[in-house]
Amino acid sequence: MEANAVTINIAVPELDVERVRGEFPALHQQVHGKPLVYLDSAASAQKPTQVIEAVDHYYRHDHANVHRGVHALSERATNAYEGARETARQFLNAESVSEIVFVRGTTEGINLVAQSYGRSRLGAGDEVLITEMEHHSNIVPWQLLCEQTGATLKWVPINDRGELVLDEYQRLLSDKTRIVAITHVSNALGTIVPVQDMVAQAHAAGAVVVIDGAQAVPHLDVDVRAIDADFYTFSGHKVYGPTGIGILYGKQALLDAMPPYQGGGEMIKYVSLERTVYNDLPYKFEAGTPNIAGAVGLGAALQYVKGYGLAAIAAHEHRVLECAQERAESTSGMRLIGTATHKASILSFEIDGIHPHDIGTVLDHEGVAVRTGHHCAMPVMQHFNVPATARASLAMYNTQADIDALFAGIDKVKEWFK
Amino acid sequence: MSDLRELYQEVIFDHNRNPRNFGKLDAANRHAEGFNPLCGDELRLYMIVDDSSVIEDISFEGHGCAISKASASIMTETLKGKSLAEAHAYFDSFHAMATGEDDVDTELPDAEKLEVLSGVRSYPARVKCATLAWHTARAAIDGGSEPVTTE
Repeated sequence: MEANAVTINIAVPELDVERVRGEFPALHQQVHGKPLVYLDSAASAQKPTQVIEAVDHYYRHDHANVHRGVHALSERATNAYEGARETARQFLNAESVSEIVFVRGTTEGINLVAQSYGRSRLGAGDEVLITEMEHHSNIVPWQLLCEQTGATLKWVPINDRGELVLDEYQRLLSDKTRIVAITHVSNALGTIVPVQDMVAQAHAAGAVVVIDGAQAVPHLDVDVRAIDADFYTFSGHKVYGPTGIGILYGKQALLDAMPPYQGGGEMIKYVSLERTVYNDLPYKFEAGTPNIAGAVGLGAALQYVKGYGLAAIAAHEHRVLECAQERAESTSGMRLIGTATHKASILSFEIDGIHPHDIGTVLDHEGVAVRTGHHCAMPVMQHFNVPATARASLAMYNTQADIDALFAGIDKVKEWFK
Repeated sequence: MSDLRELYQEVIFDHNRNPRNFGKLDAANRHAEGFNPLCGDELRLYMIVDDSSVIEDISFEGHGCAISKASASIMTETLKGKSLAEAHAYFDSFHAMATGEDDVDTELPDAEKLEVLSGVRSYPARVKCATLAWHTARAAIDGGSEPVTTE
């Protein structure tokens, strides 16, 4: 045991959480007269100074439209924008920047694949396979696609710990399965999904796999080539970047063969009133002036995270989560929703006889920010037969002290509602 | 800093623990469903309205937070025995109070009972919890067939 611990310490440097906290200005404020304890990063993470300053610097000095002008500012803006794309490529270990499409966020990434890849290929008799633990953004686009094409939507069930029933996954895969759309980490339960194995199984059945990485990218070291993902998408704002920007990774051969998602400027090489020649990848999928500042901020965020290292971040968050789970298990009247063996960042819970909304309001008064509601995963709520849960979610800046504040707050909730 | 006690008055806890007029009215001739998609609250409202347009009986069932349950419970107490026209006046008055536009109209009998819910004014995220029952009641009265949502 001793030797193991030493080995782990060498492999994974300890995260300097105090330094991290110092880099997030929004954490240092009072809410209702109490120090803010921000436990809602799964909804949206706070931003470090490095990201705020990158966006600020871009607007103060470098802003112009990209890929347009011959002038200095346009060149700088283009370099900043394309630099962020290269950062994202490295972050995901994609082979080429042609495979990195800037989108508004995970939702747009999934819709792009559904409409561009799915709509041109699927028809009656084909199947799209999702899971019971998906966020609405990885359910509704596929429902729409199935309505449009006559394809059938199927889903892999979850067990009572909130893990996928993988035997059922194997059983549901067939030569009819054209697309498998799965989350990498469940936003409502925290379950880490074994995507690498699932991708291999899907490929054996002849399906392509779309992975919703929104909740994974801030917590796990993601390597799209190791996973062999066909498409992988995430949002910038959950990984300490700006809102309104995200990444869709797609294998080049797939993206090449897909029709454009939206038409407009930037995505063309030549336009006459009769016909258009589309631009090369990834610009074919980036119609219109993009969110340049968002991309710059996202690039800064990904560099920030890489600087500390995802292994160190994950190890730190895991320690805090384990401690929170132990506290929850010994708190009377508290039930955890989502107790998978492999979990990241999420503590979803309910308290006997107290509605999550009331929990959220009382906690807010203690300065503790949590999310309450169905977390855009109503099928998960239906599985556990709850209308809603309260959800504390962790980021790299959360500490043991935040968990202490959460549980002190939960004691207050129980006092109010005794 | 607003005091939590303004939101959670003792009367609210009482109605949350022991909601009045809770359950289904089998003989209901008016019925509506309300949803708050933000928090998953669901409310079903039943009314028996007699020939002279008076709410003879009223009940609700479903699940929701303390504020939405207490509001529904207090609403059923308030509206029982009132005419449909009066019910509209209570709706307007409650809505104005919850959104902070106005105080409750004390000319309306028993309207002061509704004031225990005035604390939601300081909690924008909770206003919809308090108004869900009232929107649902209005839908039942006006006879719309679509479920009501607070969005």
